[in-house]
Amino acid sequence: MGATILMPALSPTMTEGKLARWLKKEGDTVAAGDIIAEIETDKATMEVEAVDEGELTRILVPEGTEGVAVNSPIAEIDGGDGGAGTSASGPQEPVSNAIQAGGETAEVAKEAEDHAAVAAKGTEQRPETDAQPKAPAQEAEKDWGETKPITVREALRDAMAAEMRRDDKVFLMGEEVAQYQGAYKISQGLLDEFGPKRVIDTPITEHGFTGMAVGAAFTGLKPIVEFMTFNFSMQAIDQIVNSAAKTLYMSGGQLGCPIVFRGPNGAAARVAAQHSQCYASWYAHVPGLKVVAPWSAADAKGLLRAAIRDPNPVVFLENEILYGQTFECPTDEDFILPIGKAKVERAGKDVTIVAFSIEVGLAMQAAEKLAEQGIEAEVINLRTIRPLDTETIVASVKKTNRLVTVEEGWAFSGIGCEVAMQVIEHAFDYLDAPPVRVAGLDVPMPYAANLEKLALPTIDHVVDAAKRVTYKK
Amino acid sequence: MVQGAEAATTKRRGKAKAPPAGREGLSQEQLLKAYRDMLLIRRFEEKAGQLYGMGLIGGFCHLYIGQEAVVVGMQLCLQPGDQVITSYRDHGHMLATGMEARGVMAELTGRSGGYSKGKGGSMHMFSREKGFYGGHGIVGAQVSLGAGLAFANMYNDNGNVCLTYYGDGAANQGQVFESYNLAAVFKLPVVFIIENNKYGMGTSAERASASKDRSKDGTPWGIPGEQVDGMDVEAVQAAGERAVAHCREGKGPYILEMKTYRYRGHSMSDPAKYRTREEVQKMREQHDCIETARKKLLDSGLPEAELKKIDDEVKRIVADSAEFAQTSPEPDESELWTDILLEAR
Repeated sequence: MGATILMPALSPTMTEGKLARWLKKEGDTVAAGDIIAEIETDKATMEVEAVDEGELTRILVPEGTEGVAVNSPIAEIDGGDGGAGTSASGPQEPVSNAIQAGGETAEVAKEAEDHAAVAAKGTEQRPETDAQPKAPAQEAEKDWGETKPITVREALRDAMAAEMRRDDKVFLMGEEVAQYQGAYKISQGLLDEFGPKRVIDTPITEHGFTGMAVGAAFTGLKPIVEFMTFNFSMQAIDQIVNSAAKTLYMSGGQLGCPIVFRGPNGAAARVAAQHSQCYASWYAHVPGLKVVAPWSAADAKGLLRAAIRDPNPVVFLENEILYGQTFECPTDEDFILPIGKAKVERAGKDVTIVAFSIEVGLAMQAAEKLAEQGIEAEVINLRTIRPLDTETIVASVKKTNRLVTVEEGWAFSGIGCEVAMQVIEHAFDYLDAPPVRVAGLDVPMPYAANLEKLALPTIDHVVDAAKRVTYKK
Repeated sequence: MVQGAEAATTKRRGKAKAPPAGREGLSQEQLLKAYRDMLLIRRFEEKAGQLYGMGLIGGFCHLYIGQEAVVVGMQLCLQPGDQVITSYRDHGHMLATGMEARGVMAELTGRSGGYSKGKGGSMHMFSREKGFYGGHGIVGAQVSLGAGLAFANMYNDNGNVCLTYYGDGAANQGQVFESYNLAAVFKLPVVFIIENNKYGMGTSAERASASKDRSKDGTPWGIPGEQVDGMDVEAVQAAGERAVAHCREGKGPYILEMKTYRYRGHSMSDPAKYRTREEVQKMREQHDCIETARKKLLDSGLPEAELKKIDDEVKRIVADSAEFAQTSPEPDESELWTDILLEAR
């Protein structure tokens, strides 16, 4: 049975090429893997190998021919029993657009146009625009009854201990988490209770141990990876973004990655630019990740428990300055909070202030000051950055008609941008003023005490912003 | 999918033991099986190259032609539950673990019948059932992931071993050395397998690394290693047995540097001008793993008709996979939005 050899494409963009040379002639016997011809494109010379064995009966395109279209027949082989037959059946239409003077450019432009069209179409098809899953529908937050004051530090430790007691697949690894009891003492006592098998000191090797934890999570174990601070997660960001977040998708749903990356995030005090920055925006950009940022002790405990139980990779952004702060926290042993649900910390009718992590405290204090001036602010504690609880934000803005966002990170491409955009998309007609972002200044964090203070949001910034959007200033 | 008679793993049950000294080598039956599995990979890859040429496979496509003895020899050393992880030159590894040719080829063409429903492509395929954990596109990333699979074996105390493959190019990545240290510190049951095919894309190993014997890369951490003729499936299997036994005995990681060669370019669009045609021809003519195995089998008295039967069977499997890969439908558009997050329970 005869088979036709087609002009091959050797790169995704190749549409035609020159048949430079035949290395076999009519009547030659060829075996699979034999080089039979050389073809040239504008980029390279490549060899064509036979896929089937047989006799080269006919050469259809003489050597030296230029502009041979991809998938056009170039030779015939006799004797192959079937294999190559498929090569002749139903070759795809060669892509023939945009080859002219300046072809490359034209092609690129065309591609860009196509992308724009796809993007536009995508938006059209999705009036909701939420690539993210819906936040769990929950009316009012469950009343967990009795509370007692604990620090955020204790809340985090208690959450890990509770989940480790509940599920022996959960373990903690990171630098100084075991014998040293945690660089910030979050893991205090865990080594004593759970032993070195489940509370594991690692060398200072973020890229390596993060990859190792992700690999372990692929098998169904549930690692908690502590970064001494999130600044060091940048050493490992490839494993978080490319391995942890994407493998479920790339495996067609086969390989999940139940893992928590946690540690202090955001500005600490007087440690300068490399140790003071917010990663919320970095990680929130990535489909396949959940990003959580607790403020209070209750947030910390309830959300960390949920993060550990979640079958997906969760980036859990804590704050060093909050670790020692005390909040009321439910004592109920089953206490847990849903990921993806924001909390209205303070109700108000005049302006919506959206904040997360330590900035919620700032927003609450600003709200007190505003109240003294007759402005009732509604403060939303996001709790989860991704998936964002757009519903709660939009409902609030529909009531107050004004929006202020507060974050410690840089404003450019920050979380405030996303919050404001969601409001613009879903409640534009309700806005009585342009939203205002309060954020860290667009500079690397300075060391000097006075400059550092200037670089971060303050209560007065939030008060000013609220007055601007309510036209009181 | 077809019931995968193809490339089904020969799994050695019971305790793994290094073969007795002086008696290295496979039985005729084992060698025949290895021959078949290597030939399947070769023919599969040739077909993949052809489909790429026809525009049916897109993007990057890295063929394994020339290196078949490595994965086939190592697979002979594994037990159920052992894991395999590698880079983006992964088709051979998948077929060696017993993944079906149809599912692999259909993934290459981006069809719903592919192992990742068409959403992963050539570089990203997985089969938990066959212990194959990918298929990773970032050079070197699979090495720490492999250490993690081995970590899970230690954590679960299941006696399993993870084979972690990477090339001579990846062997220069920082996280590889981090993984050596971690594996040695935690005594992880992982065999690090460097497939040294002499070129990291277009840069020869000599130009890229000051380490001239990659099997000694673990020396600072006390990880034993050996260089292996990666073109000889029997040599691979013998070294593999030693490495795997070391891991199973709880002695920690082991490094195998496989001296191998890829006949094709780094990817389909690589003209491979950084090496001479004579160099490639010499490897093909004098060291080809399939030819070597074929000759050994004939010399041992196997009738040529037996080999012909295998050739025919392999050709049939590959033709079937190519047919399937062209007829399996593209993924439904709804698949765009699935498998991003798992439902929290």
